[in-house]
Amino acid sequence: MASLDDLKKRISSVKSTQKITKAMKMVAAAKLRRAQESAEKGRPYSEKMNNVILNLSNGISDKENAPKLLSGTGQEKTHLCVVMTSDRGLCGGFNSNIIKKAKSYFLKILDEGKELKIITVGSKGNDQLKRVYGDKIIENISFKESKNANYFDADKVGRMVIEKFEAGEFDVCTIFYNKFKNVITQIPQAQQIIPLNNEGEESSSEESYEFEPDEDEILSNLLPKNISTQIFKAMLENSASEQGSRMSAMDNATRNAGEMVDKLTIEYNRSRQAAITKELIEIISGAESL
Amino acid sequence: MSEEFKVEIVNPEKSFLVKDDVSEVVVPAFEGEMGILKDHISIISFLKPGIIKISSKTGDENYYVEDGIVEFKNNNLSILTSTIFNLADIDKSKQQDLLKQAEEEANKTDINDQSKYLADQKVEVLKTLN
Repeated sequence: MASLDDLKKRISSVKSTQKITKAMKMVAAAKLRRAQESAEKGRPYSEKMNNVILNLSNGISDKENAPKLLSGTGQEKTHLCVVMTSDRGLCGGFNSNIIKKAKSYFLKILDEGKELKIITVGSKGNDQLKRVYGDKIIENISFKESKNANYFDADKVGRMVIEKFEAGEFDVCTIFYNKFKNVITQIPQAQQIIPLNNEGEESSSEESYEFEPDEDEILSNLLPKNISTQIFKAMLENSASEQGSRMSAMDNATRNAGEMVDKLTIEYNRSRQAAITKELIEIISGAESL
Repeated sequence: MSEEFKVEIVNPEKSFLVKDDVSEVVVPAFEGEMGILKDHISIISFLKPGIIKISSKTGDENYYVEDGIVEFKNNNLSILTSTIFNLADIDKSKQQDLLKQAEEEANKTDINDQSKYLADQKVEVLKTLN
């Protein structure tokens, strides 16, 4: 059995760990509120964008000559996956969930004999993926310096994806991120952004629009922007999810630490009592033998 | 009958401006400036760098945009843009900064015609702000 001194050290160490996890939880809660706010504020933009594109693509007359970003290259040989994770750890299953989702998708693609290319956004995802898929990762981006998700970062990623698409490096692009549902639930998502997959969605209006200049030109201008917007949306959702996930993970950790402190304290008190009893017995039996 | 309609400007971060007592909006559409009044036909167009002018009872407001999409439907005007500033908030130094950036962009040689055209537009508009 551990000595009294050891137990004491254990207790104080667990207590200081608890302090850290508690502080992290508070910080995460504060950041979560901000992240959630900006995720909500960012929603109108991506929704409106989606709407406009939907209206446009329904109105397009010549489907054959539609921009490639909308209709695809006509084949599905090379898949590009953009895996978006956080730059920091200690956030529960946040990163692992995305990676798990992404890996199962990778397996499916490789099984079908297609080519796979990966872009990782966020260093944690890169760390986890480079062991197995190191040779498939073509780009690794990290926004450690930027405090909050901002549109310029998303635009950078978006431009890179489009550049690669125009260079013919891939046919299909999918982004992986965590969708923020609430503090305890985040759902890993795989969303195909190239070619744009909006079949099954109903147009919000039957009304016909006037276009200036023509549909094709607007579409070819709009689609690249939409890519950046979708990536930005994913980044916002991700940052809200990260904070939510961290908050609940740290809440659990704090509770576990509390339980552990209780258990250790009981053990400490018991062994202290045992030592006292032992000493008493020794004294009494010593006195008796006289 | 009122001649007012609703305008909403959103950028990726937030809803930038919502106003529902607007009488006229002039936007720098790609093929030239376009004035929008109430009961305009539904239209989708995109913007080049320029000034958005919003007229309402409370006076005129001017905004500088670098790009964007406009959608007008059922007397609702939505403007989606990634870069927008209220002209009242742009001071001399800010304007110079933007101008410098734009000029750098316009002087690049490895860009295609359309981005070149847009960058030139940007420089021109910023110069007129003086």
